[in-house]
Amino acid sequence: MAAAVFPVPPPHPAPLLVSGLVKHFGSVKAVDNISLELHSGECLGLLGPNGAGKSTLIRAIVGRVAPDAGAISIFGAPAGSPAACAAIGWIPQELALYPRLTAAENLRAFGRYSGLTGKPLSDAVAWCLNWSALEDRADALVRTLSGGMKRRLNMAAGLIHQPRLVLMDEPTVGVDPQSRNRIFEMIEALRDRGMTIIYTTHYMEEAERLADRIAIVDHGRIIALDTHQALIQNCFTASAQVIARFRDSSPALSVWASTHGGSLKDSTAEFAIDHPTDLARLLDSAAAAGLDLEDLALRRPNLESVFLHLTGRELRD
Amino acid sequence: MPQFLNIARIALIGLRRDRFALALSFLLPIIFFAVFAMIYSGHGSTTPKISIIVVDQDHSQASAQLLHSLQNEDSLKVATGPEPTKENPTPPDYTAASAEAAVKAGDVPVALIIPSGYGLHPISFGPAQPATQIELLNDSSDIIAPQMVNGLLQKAAMTSMPTTMAQQGMDLTGRNIGGFTPEQQKRVDAQMAAMRKYMADPANANRPSSSGGGGMIQVHSRAVVGENKPNPRIAVYAAAFGVMFLLWTASGAAGSLLDEAESGTLDRVLASRVSMGTLLAGKMTFAILLAFTQLTAMFVFGWLVYRVDLPHHIPGFVVMGLSTAFAVAAFGMLLASICRSRAQLGALSTIVIMSMSAIGGSMFPRYFMPKAMQTAGLFTINGWAIDGFTKVFWRDMPVSALWPQVTVLVSTGVVLFLIARQIARRWDYA
Repeated sequence: MAAAVFPVPPPHPAPLLVSGLVKHFGSVKAVDNISLELHSGECLGLLGPNGAGKSTLIRAIVGRVAPDAGAISIFGAPAGSPAACAAIGWIPQELALYPRLTAAENLRAFGRYSGLTGKPLSDAVAWCLNWSALEDRADALVRTLSGGMKRRLNMAAGLIHQPRLVLMDEPTVGVDPQSRNRIFEMIEALRDRGMTIIYTTHYMEEAERLADRIAIVDHGRIIALDTHQALIQNCFTASAQVIARFRDSSPALSVWASTHGGSLKDSTAEFAIDHPTDLARLLDSAAAAGLDLEDLALRRPNLESVFLHLTGRELRD
Repeated sequence: MPQFLNIARIALIGLRRDRFALALSFLLPIIFFAVFAMIYSGHGSTTPKISIIVVDQDHSQASAQLLHSLQNEDSLKVATGPEPTKENPTPPDYTAASAEAAVKAGDVPVALIIPSGYGLHPISFGPAQPATQIELLNDSSDIIAPQMVNGLLQKAAMTSMPTTMAQQGMDLTGRNIGGFTPEQQKRVDAQMAAMRKYMADPANANRPSSSGGGGMIQVHSRAVVGENKPNPRIAVYAAAFGVMFLLWTASGAAGSLLDEAESGTLDRVLASRVSMGTLLAGKMTFAILLAFTQLTAMFVFGWLVYRVDLPHHIPGFVVMGLSTAFAVAAFGMLLASICRSRAQLGALSTIVIMSMSAIGGSMFPRYFMPKAMQTAGLFTINGWAIDGFTKVFWRDMPVSALWPQVTVLVSTGVVLFLIARQIARRWDYA
C-alpha cells in the first residue's frame, strides 16, 4: 500500500484525510480522485447507489484495498499501519462473524485480535453487549440469532477496541424496519459520545437522519459534499416541486408546461414553486387550457432530488 | 421445462462456471486411473525385484552353484556385500551378523545364510535324509518376499544342481534297495557322467527348468524383525492409514480459511492487528494439534484393541507424530491457499491426497510397486511418515535413527508453509 506522505503534519491530525485517491479494478475505475477531510466528532454520510465506489473507499481507508494513487491518513498515521488499524473500527457490509461461536465469544475473539486482554477485554465485551442490547443473548450461538441481532453484533464487533473513527458500510442491509430503528439509536448514541463516524448508505433517509455532512458519491467520485440543507439549497432555489400527471400527452400540454417554466416527460410535468399560491395559479391555467389532470403531488426537494438533479438518475437506479 | 430438468440445468451451470472444479471432475478419474495403472502394471518401469543378501559361509561348489543360480533369477537382486562408496570402495562381504542387521534396518526384506558344511548335504529327499539347513532371515512385515525366496531356492535345486540331486537320489535308492547290481551301477555311473558333462557346458548350466518340486533344500526361516510382536503389521497399517486421514483432516481444517474469506471474516481479522502470516500460523497450529490428536487417538486405539506397543515407543511416536502433523498441516494450508472455494479444495484434496496415499504406501506397501513408483513414493509425505513410524514400531529403532524422516518432513512442512504464505498474499490486499 502506498504510504501517505504529508509534508507538514498538522498539530492535531484530522481523524481522516484522503487526498487524490484512485483505485482501478481492471478497466473499472472504482475510485476516481477522491479527496476528503473528516472533522473530529463528525458523522459523514456517504450516499450513493450500489457500485458507486463507497465500499472501495471504505476498504481503502481500512487498509484492505491498496490504492493506485493518492494518500490516506488516519489521525496522522497512514492507512494500514498499526496505529491506523488501532484507531479504526470497521463494520463491514457482510456479517463477518464466527457462526459457531457465541455472541460473547465473537466479541472476545475480535477484542483479542485488537490486542485487548484481561479486564479491559471483559469491560469492552460488556460495553458492546450493552450497546447492542444483546446482553441476554451473550451466550447464544451466532447462527441462532435473528438477522437484526446478527447485524447489531456485527457492529459491536467493530467497536470492541473502542476506536476513535468508526466506518460503517451499509450496516442496515437486509434488516427489518424495527431492527433498523434500533441500529439508528445505537449510532446516535455513538454520535452523542462524540465519536467520529463515516456511514455509507444508499438510503437517503438514513443519511438525512444520521449525518452531519453528506458526500454524494457516483461513479467513484464525490459529486457533492455539504450539509443536508446546503446540498438542497445549492441545487434548488425553489422550496417545493409540483408534479402534475395528465391523462394524455398533447401539444397543448407541452405549450402549457413551457409557458410556466416547467419540464415535461411523457404526460408528467414538473414545476418549481416558491409559494403555495403559485400552485393555484398553475391549476387554474391547466383547467383553462382544457388539460385533463389525473394526479398532482407537491414535494419538497430532498437528497433523492439532489441526486437526480446532479446525475440525471434515480438514487436507486 | 420439467422442474427436475430445471434443477439439473442450474447445477450444470454452476459446475460450468467453476472451471477449476469442472476440469477436475474430468481429470480426477483419469489421473487416478493412470496412477493405479502404473502401480499395478509397472508401465514405464522395470519388474519389481526382491532385494536379498546371501552370505556364503560354505564356499563349496554346491553353495557357489546355488548363489550363481540365485544371481541369475530375474526376480531377485542378490547382494553378497554392501555397495561400494567413496569412503569404502571395497567393502567386505556381508557376515551373518551384518546381514541380520541389514534386515532389521529394513535395507532388505530377506537374507540367506548358507552355513558351513552345506556342500556335504545340499539337498534332501525327505526328513530321514541328512541335510544342512539354509537360514532365511526375514522381516515379517513383508509376507511376500520370504515365500518367494523360499520357492526360488527350491527352483535353484532343480535347475542349478541336477547332478547333485541325481547323485544323492541314486545313493538313496541304492541304500533303500540293498545296493545296485554291477550292471546297474555301471549304467548309473554312465548317466551321471553324461549329466556332469552336459552341465559343464556353460550354455546348459543356467537353462531354466519348467519342472516343479519343493522342499529339497532345507530352509529354516527366522523372522528377525517383528518376531516377538503380539500383533504383527498392525502398527505399520496404523501409520499408513493414519497419515492418509491426517492429510484429509489438515485439508479440512485449512478449509476454514476459505469459509472466512467468503464470509468477510478474514477481511475483518486482517484489518485488525493480525497479519496474514500470523493468521496462517494460527490456522496451522490448530491443524497440527488436530492432526497429532487424531494420530494419538488412532494409536491408543491400536494399543488397546490390537496390542500395538505404544507405551514402549512414546518418544519415537511423539517425534514422528509431531513431524508428520507439521508436514500435513502445512500441506493443508498450501491446498487451501491455492483454491478459491470449498468445492475446489474438495476436488484438489481428493486428487492429491489419494495419489500421494497410493504412491506413498498408505494403501498398499511400497515394496509391491515397481521401482520407479517406489522412488516416486519418496516425494510424498506418506512415504516418509510411514518409513519413520515403521522404524519406531516395527524395527524398534531409537529416536536418533529417525533423523532422515524428521528432517524431510519438517523441511517439507517449512517449504510448503512458505509457499502457502506467498500464495496467500492475494488475501493481503485487493
